[in-house]
Amino acid sequence: MAVDLPDNVVVTKLDELVSWCRKNSLWPMPFATACCGIELMATGASRHDLARFGAEVFRFSPRQCDLMIVAGRVVMKMLPVLQRIWQQMPEPKWCISMGACASTGGVFDTYSVVQGIDRFVPVDMYVPGCPPRPEQLIRAIMDLQEKIQREGTMFGREFEAPHRQGPPRALRTAPREHAPKTTHP
Amino acid sequence: MMNPQTIDALKADFPELTAGEFREQARVVVPAAVVHDVLRALKEKHGFDLLVDVTCVDYLHYRDAADRFGLVYLLANTATNERITVRTFVNDPNPSVPTVVDLWQAANWLEREVWDMFGIRFRGHPDLRRILLPEEFAAFPLRKDYPLQGRGERHNFPVLTRADS
Ligand code: SF4
Repeated sequence: MAVDLPDNVVVTKLDELVSWCRKNSLWPMPFATACCGIELMATGASRHDLARFGAEVFRFSPRQCDLMIVAGRVVMKMLPVLQRIWQQMPEPKWCISMGACASTGGVFDTYSVVQGIDRFVPVDMYVPGCPPRPEQLIRAIMDLQEKIQREGTMFGREFEAPHRQGPPRALRTAPREHAPKTTHP
Repeated sequence: MMNPQTIDALKADFPELTAGEFREQARVVVPAAVVHDVLRALKEKHGFDLLVDVTCVDYLHYRDAADRFGLVYLLANTATNERITVRTFVNDPNPSVPTVVDLWQAANWLEREVWDMFGIRFRGHPDLRRILLPEEFAAFPLRKDYPLQGRGERHNFPVLTRADS
């Protein structure tokens, strides 16, 4: 027996429906530590109008965010803060590493600057540039939306994939330096 | 410009002091043993009421350098707009000088920064803790024998994975 669907009814999978909702309401956590943060602010301002992608609601409480945008270099004193904020964000959550410094340490190959946040927190999108233009950040957000739509599931099964555990493969095989256990002199 | 009488009076009080000039700025070099007395005289007798900066230079590997650390005090007299640089030298092991927090409160954080970066101990400082680096950092990174890329402190963190976050 064929039932004609009315025009205002759409049939889809629940996973896809949920992902569609999530991808269009990404609330960013602006973790802006350096010059890239200025470009992040420009992205959120009226000229570039992040509201077109549902991502204009910058929240300064990690409890209300699901997209962490790390904009700027992260020093070793800041990394524990970054990790704590990441852990405070509710699932499902994503991370964009914005700019050369957040992704690799950039030109700051010094004792205090972490050489890429992906060594210590999971990263979904990398934005190259120093600083990236707002268009590039918007491109990353659009790519992330596509990724969420493509592989998102209602209960976050996609986060359990083995390749998503631990730092990227290139960093896992690299020799790791280890500091001696530190005590205050 | 510096009033020449100030330098003359200082020289009379402290014979071990050597005075010079660099780019029209007066500069005196004193032994570490009397640096506190010289600074006190500059403040109380000659009106240098503002401590602009306390900083340090590591002369390891520097050509013809006899001493390891050069401490630099920059002072200003806000009434006459005079400025003077006071330098002194300290050496390993345990480089230390008396604090000048009792003369200028501004020295508190400046001396903490020098301690943080160079490991110069300021005797009598009320609160000599690290100011910029984390408390558990074990080295003095602006010393010339500290490697630019550190000793792995920047890699010494737990890795958060998707599973545990
Ligand atoms: S990538 Fe460039 S603009 Fe961005 S934080 Fe680093 S130095 Fe600044």
